[in-house]
Amino acid sequence: MDELKQVFLQESFEQLDALESLLLELENRPDDETTLNGIFRAAHTIKGAAGMVECTAVESFAHVVENVLDRLRNHEIAVSTKLAALMLGCTDHLRVLVANEAGVAQMAGEEIEAQGARLLIQLGEYGPGGQVFASPKTVESGVERIPQSSSAQNCWHISVRFGREVLRQGMDPENFLRFLGTLGDIRHLETLADAIPAAAEMDPEVCYLGFEITLESSADKQAIEDIFAFVRDECRLAILPPNSKVADYLDLIRNLPEDSLRLGEILVRVGALTADELAEGLRTQAVPADEPEPEARQIGEILVAQQVVQPELVVAAVAKQAQVSEKKAQDAKLIRVPADKLDHLINLVGELVIAGAATSLLAHTRRDGELIEASSLLTRLVEEIRDASLQLRTVQIGETFNRFHRLVRDACKDLGKDVQLVINGGETELDKSIVEKIGDPLMHLVRNSLDHGIEAPAVREAAGKAPQGTLFLNAFHDAGNIVIEVGDDGAGLNRNKILAKAIERGLVDAEAHLSDREVFDLIFAPGLSTADQVTNLSGRGVGMDVVRRNLQALRGTINVDSQSGQGTRLTLRLPLTLAIIDGFLVVSGNRSYVIPLDAVVECIERPESEHERNYFNLRGQVLPAVCLREIFNLPGERPARESVVVVQYAGQRAGIVVDRLAGELQAVIKPLGAIFRHLQGIGGSTILGSGEVALILDISALIKISGQLEQRLIARPELRNA
Amino acid sequence: MSPQPASPASFSVAGAKAPVAVESSPAQYLTFLLGGEMFAVGILNIKEIIEYGAVTEIPMVPPFIRGVINLRGAVVPVIDLASRFGGKRSEISRRTCIVIIELTENDERQDIGVVVDAVSEVLEIPAAEIEPPPSFGARIRADFIKGMGKVNGKFVILLEVDKVLSVDEIASLSHLTTEGAVDLTAGGTPSV
Repeated sequence: MDELKQVFLQESFEQLDALESLLLELENRPDDETTLNGIFRAAHTIKGAAGMVECTAVESFAHVVENVLDRLRNHEIAVSTKLAALMLGCTDHLRVLVANEAGVAQMAGEEIEAQGARLLIQLGEYGPGGQVFASPKTVESGVERIPQSSSAQNCWHISVRFGREVLRQGMDPENFLRFLGTLGDIRHLETLADAIPAAAEMDPEVCYLGFEITLESSADKQAIEDIFAFVRDECRLAILPPNSKVADYLDLIRNLPEDSLRLGEILVRVGALTADELAEGLRTQAVPADEPEPEARQIGEILVAQQVVQPELVVAAVAKQAQVSEKKAQDAKLIRVPADKLDHLINLVGELVIAGAATSLLAHTRRDGELIEASSLLTRLVEEIRDASLQLRTVQIGETFNRFHRLVRDACKDLGKDVQLVINGGETELDKSIVEKIGDPLMHLVRNSLDHGIEAPAVREAAGKAPQGTLFLNAFHDAGNIVIEVGDDGAGLNRNKILAKAIERGLVDAEAHLSDREVFDLIFAPGLSTADQVTNLSGRGVGMDVVRRNLQALRGTINVDSQSGQGTRLTLRLPLTLAIIDGFLVVSGNRSYVIPLDAVVECIERPESEHERNYFNLRGQVLPAVCLREIFNLPGERPARESVVVVQYAGQRAGIVVDRLAGELQAVIKPLGAIFRHLQGIGGSTILGSGEVALILDISALIKISGQLEQRLIARPELRNA
Repeated sequence: MSPQPASPASFSVAGAKAPVAVESSPAQYLTFLLGGEMFAVGILNIKEIIEYGAVTEIPMVPPFIRGVINLRGAVVPVIDLASRFGGKRSEISRRTCIVIIELTENDERQDIGVVVDAVSEVLEIPAAEIEPPPSFGARIRADFIKGMGKVNGKFVILLEVDKVLSVDEIASLSHLTTEGAVDLTAGGTPSV
């Protein structure tokens, strides 16, 4: 059951996401049938799933929502902005309810209830005949059992199974029944002789009987119970007071030893329940539902849950169920796999890659042609397995992007702005673990753009721009990275304001001459906000430094680009995966280093140069270079011939001077751990086939610190020999 | 109730100094040699002892970080204890070992290797035989010393591994080294 619930929670959140994006779509295209049907289906799926796992709160609320949607679908009511807003509110409420089931709700119970009640009232306006609940029948049979006739007002229901020893102890069940008659009128009595075995095995001294009794009486429960006092310990006795809830009868059925359906029939016969109530009760316990499809499915569910399978009744239900699941499978051909299983697989693939590298190394040292061939085949397959298994963990960024439609819409309403969200490259794939962590930083950036970037329509018109602002989210792959751009056509960053604020906060020297880029980088400093007032969207100055920290934790970077009056663009660069990369192995000072292959453009021999400076002539272009020996202070003599690996990063080219090249390899990234978290220029480590640990170079950081080191040496030449 | 005994050798004083440490303190210690001196570490922290070898150096870190090793697929940092205590790096000899110590800091488990000149033996040191560290004179930071164990009439320095191998401290020290090498501009790390 727990597992079922887990699936339910997961699925519900997904359906709610779908519901939300469809609702937003509906707002733009109110007449689109497909969208409407999609919305209805999502709400219906949530309701059905909630019923299966007995989340009554979710189910009953979803039911009301579904009723309104149904009327919408049947064109009984029209789509309006107000209705769409209400539906979005309902989606949020359902999310809270589901979160509550998961135990992660951020609201108190009463708060949720209050919110639910508010929404129900609003929904009521759209319900049939202005009523919240669909049909009077559901009200009648829903929660409280209302007696059919007034004469049945005081009907108690008594269920008794006499103990086997009752007759031997000298007590006659009949006497109890007669005595019961003194308390009131036995309106109906059904004898249960199911327990009597075949005649040959039957013991005449054993009592096998049980009774279902409807007793009309004004006596209280205690009095009825007292009648059975002598046999109380031996028999199973259940007494249901008049007007008991249907659910109580169902509990009773479940708790008694006989077949539930047979018992149910008996209850119907004694008049405790109507046939309708039984059927309905069995399927939903307490919540009304009148659609034929979930009805069938849920009977099946409950029966299956009870492990009571009555073929002729369930066959139909099972068929329906199969239909439903078939439909689901067509909707999305997905298999749900727990993330930890996937992680385990990827770890194993990582080990496989290392072991494969060891094998191929061995083959090469042995100079055994056949072995080399076999191992290269193995390597190729391992590579494919690696790519395929990493692919398992990748997801499209679009899902994350689409969430912002809602944010933009709500923010526009709040801020009185008109903003259009344009998404490009939503199909770009990246590792799920990264996607999960990128959501919050992106949210900050989008909020910032909405709040500070894009101006109010009047301001825009005054500036000669279209009143509707544009916020764009782009994603694309670049050199083994994924690049995400968040941009707007708003006012741009105010250089002077940022600078003034930074000086005020003591972040920079008042005398300092900073380039535009340096000034814009200041927005990432903690506590710097240029918003004049704090809104509920942003302005507290905690956003940007957190954004950058989060990105750095993912081995990513963020860049800001802004044109006054034209807009701002933030560029985020992230690695595609956190687990395995294709690397290029180089050796310097007898130590192995790995350069991410995606960054490598070409390898050349170090050109003869007449100077000591670190730049070369690469086919007529100046190529700045970093010498690993120098920057890492490696021991040993410089070899006579060195190689240069030309790397490209963020549109910049640079050379890395190394002793020699050692070829490509697959590097399973092993983090260096907390001790080295401040280490720059090294992105991680990997284990080579020989068992040796090689460091993976972080090209961008390496180039950066190399530049800084040079600046420092120029400023203080006396350090050169230190 | 009798007044607390004044003798520093008594159990209660040692207990009063660091009650938690003594309560949970293992009675067994691994002793090892470092620069001819005997040190000891509580045995519960120790995962394994391996031969010294195949250490990959890490550039731009303080000298007491010798590098990293491949411990059956995991990359484990290796600290030079002698250098961490402010002395010179240990000379590598045939008997040099790496003791793998498991630490829990900030709820994160971390294995760290320490280089020692030679591993001696596992000793049982009763709490009563543990003296508080000297206030000065040990030439090792006082917070690195958990206590002074008496073994055969000689003192053995019991190390407080959580302090000696504090991940936070080592990380910030290596940050300083990087800064020293690179001299970052004022106002934090500008992004690329």
